Amino acid sequence: MSNKYLLEEKLPFCKGCGHSLIAMGIDKSLQELNCSPFDVIIVTDIGCHGIVDKCFTTHTIHGLHGRSVALAAGISMSLENPNKKIIVFIGDGGATIGMQHILDAAHNNFNMTVIVHNNMLYGMTGGQQSEFTPLGFKTPTLKEGADHSGYDICEMASSAGANYVSRILTNMEMYKTFTEAITNNGFSLVEVLELCPSYGVKSNPGMKLINIANEAGIPIKLYYNKMREPFKLAVKNAPKPLINEKLFIQPKRNHKLTKPISILISGSAGEGVQTAAELFTQAAIKSGLHATKKSSYPVTVGIGFSSAEIILSPKNILFTGSSCPDFAIVTSNDGLDYSLAILKKAESGQLIIDSSLAIPETKMKILKNGFRSKFTNKFAALFSLAFFLESSEIFPKKVFVEVCSESKLAAKINLEELFELNSVKN
Amino acid sequence: MEIDDQIIFTDNSRLVIESLAQAGADVFIGYPITPANLLYSYASERFPIFLAAPDEITTLQWMTGFSSTSRIPVTATSFPGFALMIESINMAYMMELPMIIILVQRLGPSTGTATIGSQGDISILNGIISGGMAIPTFCVGDSIDCWEISAKAVETAVNLRTPVIILTSKEEMMTMADVDCTKLKKIEQIKRNYFESDDTYVPYKPESNLVPQFLPINNNKHQVRITSSTHNTKGIIQNSTHEALFNSKRLHNKMIKNQNAFCLFDYNEAKKSETLLISYGITSLAAKEAIESLREIGKHVSLLIVKTLFPIPKIIFECVINHKNVIVAEENLTGQYRQILFGANSSKNISGVNEFGRMITPNEIINEVLKYEQ
Repeated sequence: MSNKYLLEEKLPFCKGCGHSLIAMGIDKSLQELNCSPFDVIIVTDIGCHGIVDKCFTTHTIHGLHGRSVALAAGISMSLENPNKKIIVFIGDGGATIGMQHILDAAHNNFNMTVIVHNNMLYGMTGGQQSEFTPLGFKTPTLKEGADHSGYDICEMASSAGANYVSRILTNMEMYKTFTEAITNNGFSLVEVLELCPSYGVKSNPGMKLINIANEAGIPIKLYYNKMREPFKLAVKNAPKPLINEKLFIQPKRNHKLTKPISILISGSAGEGVQTAAELFTQAAIKSGLHATKKSSYPVTVGIGFSSAEIILSPKNILFTGSSCPDFAIVTSNDGLDYSLAILKKAESGQLIIDSSLAIPETKMKILKNGFRSKFTNKFAALFSLAFFLESSEIFPKKVFVEVCSESKLAAKINLEELFELNSVKN
Repeated sequence: MEIDDQIIFTDNSRLVIESLAQAGADVFIGYPITPANLLYSYASERFPIFLAAPDEITTLQWMTGFSSTSRIPVTATSFPGFALMIESINMAYMMELPMIIILVQRLGPSTGTATIGSQGDISILNGIISGGMAIPTFCVGDSIDCWEISAKAVETAVNLRTPVIILTSKEEMMTMADVDCTKLKKIEQIKRNYFESDDTYVPYKPESNLVPQFLPINNNKHQVRITSSTHNTKGIIQNSTHEALFNSKRLHNKMIKNQNAFCLFDYNEAKKSETLLISYGITSLAAKEAIESLREIGKHVSLLIVKTLFPIPKIIFECVINHKNVIVAEENLTGQYRQILFGANSSKNISGVNEFGRMITPNEIINEVLKYEQ
């Protein structure tokens, strides 16, 4: 055999191992295809099959146990070049640990050819069973034989969407199947059944591969050879920068703060706490203040509390947390539950709370208003911040109105009505 | 605040992603996880190539594949996802393929609390590479850090042919603040150099800086071999030969040899101060504020903010030697970086300010400083 793609040195496998036949089959197939060795990328991973890299004259990349398909997927997506033949070697052990990668690659129809070297056990580590070990098949650690059947990778790859799927026995004609698989412009998988001469043959004397396949119900056949379009990588042409003129705020000094203040607004998820806090903070910046907004909420987005800590300062802000707020605004029971400990700890400051809520234990001065009753709950947070601004006069209310008018909120609520003067009830 | 037309109100996730993209990173691959989800979201708009991977192992494998073809991939995750990535980060490290992994810390152990920040993953980063080799690990504090260090991470990854980690946390990536864009320096896109000789390409033959020249796996002129197992300069797997062991040791030595190129820190030495305050990341902001407050009451204390956590910068020990007392402020239970620097048995003059589950306040740092500076 000529050695255009294989170096003229002995293959590194045990005598009688099917891995040698596969390597020679790939070599013969590539000769048949007559492509440049530099148009071939052989991707291997851990397992006996993976030590073959050094014998190939093609590009080679050797990765982690069971991950060669995922590694090849990255290469395939990036190149997106049907002239580059990406050939992936994986064992049955690797296919066990990396099954998801195979199904995912088949599902996405990444252009590559996967050769599953299925000798039905882990050859490199002493002949342990894999999830491809057929029912009754013996290994050195499974002397009574496997008590359940192995994966049918061909059925699985087919149902996942592979373009080409075939199961074969090791033989000298394998290259024909490999050529079919490699020339299919999409995801191809060839499962090659082998008997490991070191562990499989010794543990199962006299057993024939074809009988194993028949008894296991994994037929030797071509499953699919179709021409579905392979994965196409979406590449954005000149994506827009994330910092652009639309974000620029033109601050005008128009505030009454001489020292930093911190505000805690605490309400319920789904009631616009974060949006209101964001718009309020933006308005503060527009009024010439430095400002930060830190959010807190449970893992589930749509239920439970939602709170925001806002710091406003005439000078640059470093620390963005606050141990005790100067002002606390509570708009719901969830918000009250969340802030109880903070309110109890407070030695001074002001609590602005919805009229419907029980007054918590706190030394803060209390202001009440019906934030939830005047508008729907969705706008309680926004209304409460408008109320706070009116009572505190930190910066002009009209700036807050302007910022809200330019937001998506403008279409959802009558801002004029929301920002009307509200009576303060002690 | 001065009147200026380039003030924006943003979280730092926006700055990190924009900086990475401007520096030349062109692929983002991710699996969503809080609190890294803003990074994911921005990247979906900004990166030329954006891919949603089915899990974090696949994420790193795809990234490695892309990197082998000369693209510069980025991902962002938090501890649960990062834990799954570790073997593959080792792979990319051994293969010497550039990429950026942003680790947004949240409260552990395990899945912990996704929406509470932390600085609890320092110890794991110190030993992430099996064999103890150093992996460049940056840590960001404020918005300027996010902008400048993200670009620096791309430069470091490409120039040293290595995965690079950007360490951050929930508050840094999600808290919004005013940012003056005029203070964001212009970022130059990284220029990549490739092997150009007609000689045989030896993929792991190091240059004088201990970094081998790069060729993508699809090169049409030279054979390219890339491997994650112990290998010689040709990329051939070898069973611990002298040449192969030299190559593995070189992975660490190249970081140390080139350390000055990516060693970032802010050091403000207070003359006659006996106390050095060390901090990093989110806690460095509280540390800065504490130093300002202390100065107002006439207490002058030196401050070292470490921005390249690993390999451990020599500057730390150069600063320590000039001070009698050292305080390390960090948001974790046990003082992870302090223990890495000074051992588990801290002396009476080495102490920590630590918190678990909430941010350290400037007052807590001030109180610790005042124990030394009466």
